[in-house]
Amino acid sequence: MNEHSDLRELYQEVIFDHNRHPRNFHAMSDASHSADGYNALCGDRLKVYLQVKDGVVTDASFEGHGCAISTASASLMTETVIGKPVTEVDALFKDLHNMLTGGPTDERDFGKLEVLAGVCEFPSRVKCATLAWHTMHNALVGANDTAETE
Amino acid sequence: MNAPAFVVKASTNLNRTADFPILALRVRGRRLAYLDNGATTQKPLSVINAERDFYLQSNANIHRGVHWLSQHATDLYEAARERVKGLLNARQAEEIVFTRGTTEAINLVAQSWGRSQLKAGDEIIVTGMEHHSNIVPWQLICEQTGAALRVVPVTDSGELRMDEFSALLGPRTRLVAVAHVSNALGTINPVDEIVRLAHAAGAKVLVDGAQAVAHQAVDVQALDCDFYAFSGHKLYGPTGIGALYVRYEILKAMPPWQGGGDMIYTVSFEKSTYAPAPQRFEAGTPNIAGAIGLAAAIEYVQDVGLDDIQAHEQALMAYATPMLLELPGLRLIGTAAHKSGILSFVVEGIHPHDLGTILDTEGVAIRAGHHCAMPLMTRFGIPGTARASLGLYNDENDIDALVAALRKAQEMFAGRAS
Repeated sequence: MNEHSDLRELYQEVIFDHNRHPRNFHAMSDASHSADGYNALCGDRLKVYLQVKDGVVTDASFEGHGCAISTASASLMTETVIGKPVTEVDALFKDLHNMLTGGPTDERDFGKLEVLAGVCEFPSRVKCATLAWHTMHNALVGANDTAETE
Repeated sequence: MNAPAFVVKASTNLNRTADFPILALRVRGRRLAYLDNGATTQKPLSVINAERDFYLQSNANIHRGVHWLSQHATDLYEAARERVKGLLNARQAEEIVFTRGTTEAINLVAQSWGRSQLKAGDEIIVTGMEHHSNIVPWQLICEQTGAALRVVPVTDSGELRMDEFSALLGPRTRLVAVAHVSNALGTINPVDEIVRLAHAAGAKVLVDGAQAVAHQAVDVQALDCDFYAFSGHKLYGPTGIGALYVRYEILKAMPPWQGGGDMIYTVSFEKSTYAPAPQRFEAGTPNIAGAIGLAAAIEYVQDVGLDDIQAHEQALMAYATPMLLELPGLRLIGTAAHKSGILSFVVEGIHPHDLGTILDTEGVAIRAGHHCAMPLMTRFGIPGTARASLGLYNDENDIDALVAALRKAQEMFAGRAS
């Protein structure tokens, strides 16, 4: 695979689409869970909001500013987790993290999130893709610390 | 060493890959356009050979050795100090302390001079464009002594508000700490004027020269500053070595900041006495090979000629700046009248890190992010910038590659249906 196909793998049409038109990109005044995320590497910040009812994520949104990878990842994340039980969301977070860092993923079908796999070839950008997910995880476990991507 | 056949003209750079073999590397299948010199410079063969030769022919610990090799190594190490003295035009070699780099040099001043001189109510003035390494050491010493930090604001073009600086100066001001050249903007600060005003107010001045020494001739006597810090690795020398100049009347009165071997005169369990400056500030076995490598780097830039290097980089800036400004949506951050070879910019609709990745796949190495100057990024209301920083070996091909890669990034981000 040459460097250009790597780049196309990273910046796929879906990424550009979600970067240009992020879904669920707003604050949520009645969120049951929320957390701040911060990438110390680049200084990007975002905030993730969740509405959880009876163990199911009924709504999700985010706001903040980041690169195309982090914005698209956050946008795709909110789309993906709405309607899913918290337990499943947590398993998805772990599998996605593994996919991006080369760990085991239980051969999961990531669906739309598959577009994030291209980041593997760019280790310096993995944190961009995982920031929103770490932040959502912190929101769910009620951590008050600002999420970082470690 | 043979003087490099270097011509001050951006189109000719004859010994580029002979002097700097790493520049012949192909990165991601492309010619390497190394434009990250503000982070670190590449090393000429003469520096690599100087370190290698030291370990092959001269290695021994320095000072107090009675054997021939130790004396030989000591001579080389002290000759390196003389080289640094020459680079900065210090009055005497005893005004030069070897450190790990600029960061350690500033911490040395904060913890030695600062801890012994500062008290509650005193003020230290820094500027809004400082690197974190010229902010945090002062915050630490302020916490320890009760002194307070004051900040000179920065204009929209990236220049210091000298009127505000004058207003901040007062009887409480003990020290002014300022970058000679801003790493994030390229601004060359009016250090001589700052020193004049600060001295008139009775304050000392520390100059962070990390981004200056490789790009222009520096004369600490002409600047009249009290402290001047720089890193070897941004001057085509090795990492882990740098130097601090301190006016000798100040240095000789400064207390030790780290204890250990080499910095003592006598040691007993009742009381130890300390070696004179600069040995008093060089506890433990120093980076001997690094100092010798640094001396080779200084010899290299002196052979090329710092005035010629400056002229070359200025010519390349004159070539690059209008080409960048032609790109739609590109905004330069840092447009001071006096600028060094740093092009910091943002591109509408493309985050600096996306730019960095796309440029990387074209073999163009730049830096993207906050450049360890978060307060400055906040001042400009941006998370970070993309930064191309020039070195003596850069040429028009590097700039052309940069501009072509930026165009490609813009096509990628804009050329798709939304």
